[in-house]
Amino acid sequence: MITVETLTKSYGGFVAVDDITFTARPGRVTGFLGPNGAGKSTTLRILVGLTPATSGSATISGRDFVTIPNPGRQVGVLLDASAQHAGRTGREILTIAQRFMGLPKGRVEEMLDLVSLTPEEAGRRVRNYSLGMRQRLGIATALIGEPEVLVLDEPANGLDPAGIRWMRGLLRDYADQGGTVLLSSHLLHEIEVIADDLVVIGNGRIVAQGSKRELLQTAGSLVRTGDQATLTRALTESGVTSAPAGTGALLAQAEAEHVGKIAFAAGVPVIELRPADGAGLEEIFLHLTSDTQRDSSTTPEGAAA
Amino acid sequence: MTTLVSPSASTVIEPAGHRADGIPLHRITSTELRKMFDTRSGFWLMASIAITALLATAAVVLFGSDKDLTYNSFAAAIGFPMTVVLPIVAILSVTGEWSQRSGLTTFTLVPHRGRVILAKAIVCVGVAVVSIPVAFAVGALGNVVGTAIAGVDPVWNLTVADFGNIVLANVLGLMVGFMLGVLIRSSAGAIVAYFVYSFLLPTLAMLLASSQAWFKDLQPWVDFNFAQSALYNGSLTAQQWAHLGVTSVIWLVVPTVVGVAMVLRSELT
Repeated sequence: MITVETLTKSYGGFVAVDDITFTARPGRVTGFLGPNGAGKSTTLRILVGLTPATSGSATISGRDFVTIPNPGRQVGVLLDASAQHAGRTGREILTIAQRFMGLPKGRVEEMLDLVSLTPEEAGRRVRNYSLGMRQRLGIATALIGEPEVLVLDEPANGLDPAGIRWMRGLLRDYADQGGTVLLSSHLLHEIEVIADDLVVIGNGRIVAQGSKRELLQTAGSLVRTGDQATLTRALTESGVTSAPAGTGALLAQAEAEHVGKIAFAAGVPVIELRPADGAGLEEIFLHLTSDTQRDSSTTPEGAAA
Repeated sequence: MTTLVSPSASTVIEPAGHRADGIPLHRITSTELRKMFDTRSGFWLMASIAITALLATAAVVLFGSDKDLTYNSFAAAIGFPMTVVLPIVAILSVTGEWSQRSGLTTFTLVPHRGRVILAKAIVCVGVAVVSIPVAFAVGALGNVVGTAIAGVDPVWNLTVADFGNIVLANVLGLMVGFMLGVLIRSSAGAIVAYFVYSFLLPTLAMLLASSQAWFKDLQPWVDFNFAQSALYNGSLTAQQWAHLGVTSVIWLVVPTVVGVAMVLRSELT
């Protein structure tokens, strides 16, 4: 169980993490989703005691990470698969973790087996590893202490589709055994495949959270128009709440038919009108990414792919 | 592929109580010792202690005149590369965690950074204390072989006290490297700083002392290199020990404390 409560981290005047609260529960894979620079990594670093919080708390099973006596046996952590001494072999890196944690030697080979690194690959130096191999090694390092909680920062980076499917199976089994998994990603599709629960973060703030099913079945309809202001006013006058969701789009809390009638009565031309069906989450996410995306000329749909 | 998880599946989740033992310092120390040898560069750096001792000994045998074939000559020849290699060993053991970014894992597995730094310091001093006698044994062998080749009697003009002083001087030099590693946390930066400290500063201090009378009097109290050099010239007077004590506080203790405080607060990226 991971509990983050009113956590804030600021660097001088810049607020990297702004008053966020969420939990990652046992038996569930919790996806921590947000564009690059949203504050995901900062949050995870605070969680594992590498960075001090400005205020608020982040605990694992009710404890501060740094007070856990042998943390590798309770929390498996993978923050950056490339942050390893390039001159060590994969097997050596696992051996160091095994020795720090005081585990039996046999765990190293078990873990290499688990993440499908062959003996030949395990004997290679990490500088010669692909990113995918580094991720596998990092996941092995996280799992070697048989922890109850896993904290993984962008673990799917560099994995090919088969690798992502493999990791999904691994994390699914792990959660089904009662483990808690918190993993971050900046790709909605990637995390949709793996996670049960979602926490969406943008500019340091949580913008949506809940089970994947809830979030993907967002009620209401998505309406796109050239005259957002007029339509928003018309909707409000009819007692329908709405919120901007991406370029020229509104997420209205009403059936598509009702929204269509309001738009017609107000004389606002509608470009697109459909039930939201998870579009809400996608729009929220695209709206978030569009602020940070450099190639603003691409359509939101293009950015999603 | 999903079935791969099964080898550990039965043990993945269990009550945390009985596994809550902390990490004892000896386990951190032995793991840190392993980390000094387990890369190619680390291994050859350690091997270079023995290799340079062999080369230095061979050089004395080949190029020294008969009257130079004393144990003191061998010790001096071996000592010089040690004063370079040992501090670099110490520097890299610390800075690798930042330069190679492995600290991200190390300080997550052992979230008490002070203990990791302490373990590294113990290992570095241990390496010095073990490797110096090994190097001097090579020198002793050179003394026996060299004098036999030259047909003269071996001269053992190095007392146990001298030997102790040389070990101390090397440990101090190594700790300066360690201090710079902790303070600068970058391999290249710390190595450059060490060379500036150990080769450039003595020259500048010497120039200053020869031109400024006030500095000549002050130098033994502020120049760590100068104070240490006494360790290579036989036994020290009480005042020379005092010089060594005062300069090591200035050059070693204070910056190490500052460096460790920075390490405890620094963010790893």
